[in-house]
Amino acid sequence: MYDAVIIGAGVVGCAVAQRMALYKGKFAVIDRAHDVSEGASKANSGIVHAGYDAKPGTEKARLNLKGARMFPQLCAKLGVLYGKPGALVLAFDENDKATLEKLLEQSRENEVSGCRIIERQEILKLEPRVNPEVLYALHVPESGLVSPYELTCALADSAAENGVEFLLGRNAEGLSYNGEHWVVHTPQGDIPCRAVINCAGVGAEKLHNAISTRPVRIIARRGQYYLLDHENPLTFTMTLFQVPTAMGKGVLVSPTTHGNLLIGPTAEDIPDGTDVATTREGLNDVLDKARLTWPGLSTRTVITNFSGIRAHEASGDFIIGAVEGAPEGAFEAIGIESPGLSAAPAIGEELGDWVAYWLKLPRNPAYREPTPLPKAFNQMNEKERAAAYENNPDYGRIVCRCEQVTEAEVRYAIRRPVGATSLDGVKRRTRAGMGRCQGGFCSPRVMEILCEELNLSPTQVTKFGGDSWILSGDLNVQQEEQA
Amino acid sequence: MSVREFEVDLLIVGAGPAGLAAAIAAREAGIYNLVVLEREDWQGGILQQCIHNGFGLHRFKEELTGPEYAKRDIDAARLLDIEVRTGTTVLSVSSERRVTAINREQGLHAYQAKAVILAMGCRERPRGALAIPGTRCAGIFSAGTAQRYVNLEGFMPGRRVVILGSGDIGLIMARRMTLQGAKVLACVELMPYSSGLNRNIVQCLQDYDIPLYLSHTVVDIHGRDRLTGVTVARVDDKLQPMEGTGIYFDCDTLLLSVGLIPENELSLGAGVEICPATNGAYVDNHFETNVPGVFACGNVLHVHDLVDYVSAESTQAGQAAAAYIKGSRAVGVTIPVCDGQGVRGSVPQKIVLPAADQVVPIDLMFRPTRVFSNAFLCVRADETLIVCQRKMILTPGEMAVVTLTPALLEQCRGADRITIEIQQTRPSA
Repeated sequence: MYDAVIIGAGVVGCAVAQRMALYKGKFAVIDRAHDVSEGASKANSGIVHAGYDAKPGTEKARLNLKGARMFPQLCAKLGVLYGKPGALVLAFDENDKATLEKLLEQSRENEVSGCRIIERQEILKLEPRVNPEVLYALHVPESGLVSPYELTCALADSAAENGVEFLLGRNAEGLSYNGEHWVVHTPQGDIPCRAVINCAGVGAEKLHNAISTRPVRIIARRGQYYLLDHENPLTFTMTLFQVPTAMGKGVLVSPTTHGNLLIGPTAEDIPDGTDVATTREGLNDVLDKARLTWPGLSTRTVITNFSGIRAHEASGDFIIGAVEGAPEGAFEAIGIESPGLSAAPAIGEELGDWVAYWLKLPRNPAYREPTPLPKAFNQMNEKERAAAYENNPDYGRIVCRCEQVTEAEVRYAIRRPVGATSLDGVKRRTRAGMGRCQGGFCSPRVMEILCEELNLSPTQVTKFGGDSWILSGDLNVQQEEQA
Repeated sequence: MSVREFEVDLLIVGAGPAGLAAAIAAREAGIYNLVVLEREDWQGGILQQCIHNGFGLHRFKEELTGPEYAKRDIDAARLLDIEVRTGTTVLSVSSERRVTAINREQGLHAYQAKAVILAMGCRERPRGALAIPGTRCAGIFSAGTAQRYVNLEGFMPGRRVVILGSGDIGLIMARRMTLQGAKVLACVELMPYSSGLNRNIVQCLQDYDIPLYLSHTVVDIHGRDRLTGVTVARVDDKLQPMEGTGIYFDCDTLLLSVGLIPENELSLGAGVEICPATNGAYVDNHFETNVPGVFACGNVLHVHDLVDYVSAESTQAGQAAAAYIKGSRAVGVTIPVCDGQGVRGSVPQKIVLPAADQVVPIDLMFRPTRVFSNAFLCVRADETLIVCQRKMILTPGEMAVVTLTPALLEQCRGADRITIEIQQTRPSA
């Protein structure tokens, strides 16, 4: 029997798992998807929020600040890129200055350091391509960036290195308590455990309401984005928010840790929490709103568009801890929308410690600190590249030309503790296929390597598991059969 | 760990038809210390996956398949003992023509070249660049990627297919998928005309009863894991989808043939200026870019319809690079070439006109902005009309060429610019 089963392999579930690995016990993370980071954690803004935005006194405010402060060290330990370029909250109307002042006041209450209000001249000096009609901005030097799926994969690896099992492609259809322990029901069979932790994102409501006396209501809030190609020098170096107005929250224009620009998101409440389709209206809306920040925005360098779903809980705050009104041993982290990514390390630490305390687990004496991810080839200088090749000639073969990803890195991504098993899995771990040709050139090569490493035939390779097959038939086999 | 450094006269990036033709021409012009770097494990570039015929009609006066066409250049380069390094990816080109590359045999290494010819070809425009809404399921391929799966790897990418875009690769793949037993339900084209060659419309769609929907586009993509269908709608004259015109196609595969983009990321790193009309470098009639000693030819310069013209252009680029290296290039006055009415993407964007006894003919290549029939193709030196040719048909799907003979070029001497334009009625001289 597992001591604890974590439902949901997003950034929160993986952060909890990584924390629990500090303790001696038998743990598993389960997810209906065939990889970690397949839900909200793969499709959000990737901002490590400084913490000025959350209402003082809320869990969101407290955990955002705590989590954001953990980021630099955590990312260094995991070998995940993290940046702190700062942010501007832009105001284009005299009436919006009051909102900025309120945000500034809030930043002080939340103990976010360094925020101040600046005027047009200084804004344009910091970011010359911003709409010159800008009047004021809140300058937030503590605002950071991370790739949410790189972080999630690295947290999962660290947990798995310490023995946490990842049971992927298993949907937690239900939860029950049999008087002695908890049972997680999946199509592949029941999983008994002493404690269960619901980190199921948009899927958390059903599991919670089945066992709690205090129902929650999760609203699936879809956000659509555009991703632009990286350029050197970057058009913008800081994250540019728009001041929230009566007209809405606005969209952000932000660099990513890899030097792309990200534009979005929309905020649409949708009935189906798994419907990550983009829409013409949504995508047009993103462009229209982003042009207020960046009048020169052109879609010429657009690489792709996508959407992600945030799990908004009707109360508006995170719900973290033991499930109210349920038998003992049920825990949860629910409603983890923005600033959920920023808060995730803190949620993981607190919830992981809490569950371990309840289980009365001792420290794991064999705990191993995370193995930092190797530096990506496209981040290396010439000397580092030459040295990487000397150690492993697979660095000599470039698989993805757009992002300059080598065969060594693709193989490593598959061999990692929670390794890639699909094209998307390789993409999120290496960036092969993430670039301007969107896998047109590299996917046949990546498939070849997946087949070699996992002993698959090409027709078995998928985009992201399940029924997402890529090739329908083997012509060589067909010809042999005909002959 | 130090990086091995080599010195060469000429370095060519890419061993597709452009790079090979340039290499052969440069060698024949007396450049011996040259190297061609190719990222794929084979030479010949994308021709190797184009197993259909129709290549070489202009250059060899016979119909070859892609691999047969490529073999001629590969063999010629081998006979000339030209060093072609396959499996070698160029990582950077500097404005001083230092080129870094990596392969499995040598690791990271660098070349200092007297001249560089950029011949990287082009890539396909992906779905994301079009902002087609819908899910991000499996089953959406660019046509060239699908072609590679079928022709090089021997795998079918699907069974029921819709093709968006009527570019040549899409048309060729409509036929190819049909021949391999797939059902191609439709070819959908946003514009009121096809961007492919007319012969491909006939031979790849009409001969197989595949309907071509002009002025239509894909407006939604359905399917959670694998594609289950697409919605196609008619577009208005502003190319916006019209309400109530949706047609649903039950398909598992969507192939995109919606344009090719020259692969100029290395060029940008070298400081090469890119022309927005072609997405390729600004060049003169020697195919030299704004960066001295850096040349560009083939599909990295502007997307061609026929490989024959890629070879012809690249031969000139190879000769020009050889002359540059040897310091034997004719100098002269520079005259810009401009896109006039009805014309887009003229190449070269400027010509260097040497002394009268050194003038050779210059081809100006461009694409019409729309379909013109019974129109007049005109060239002006400043305001003076120097060429006026009546054309039955001019279409964006077929690159047009007008040759400036030495006599015509003499008429350009002293002009501030040369303009190419298409007029519906005969202009007065």
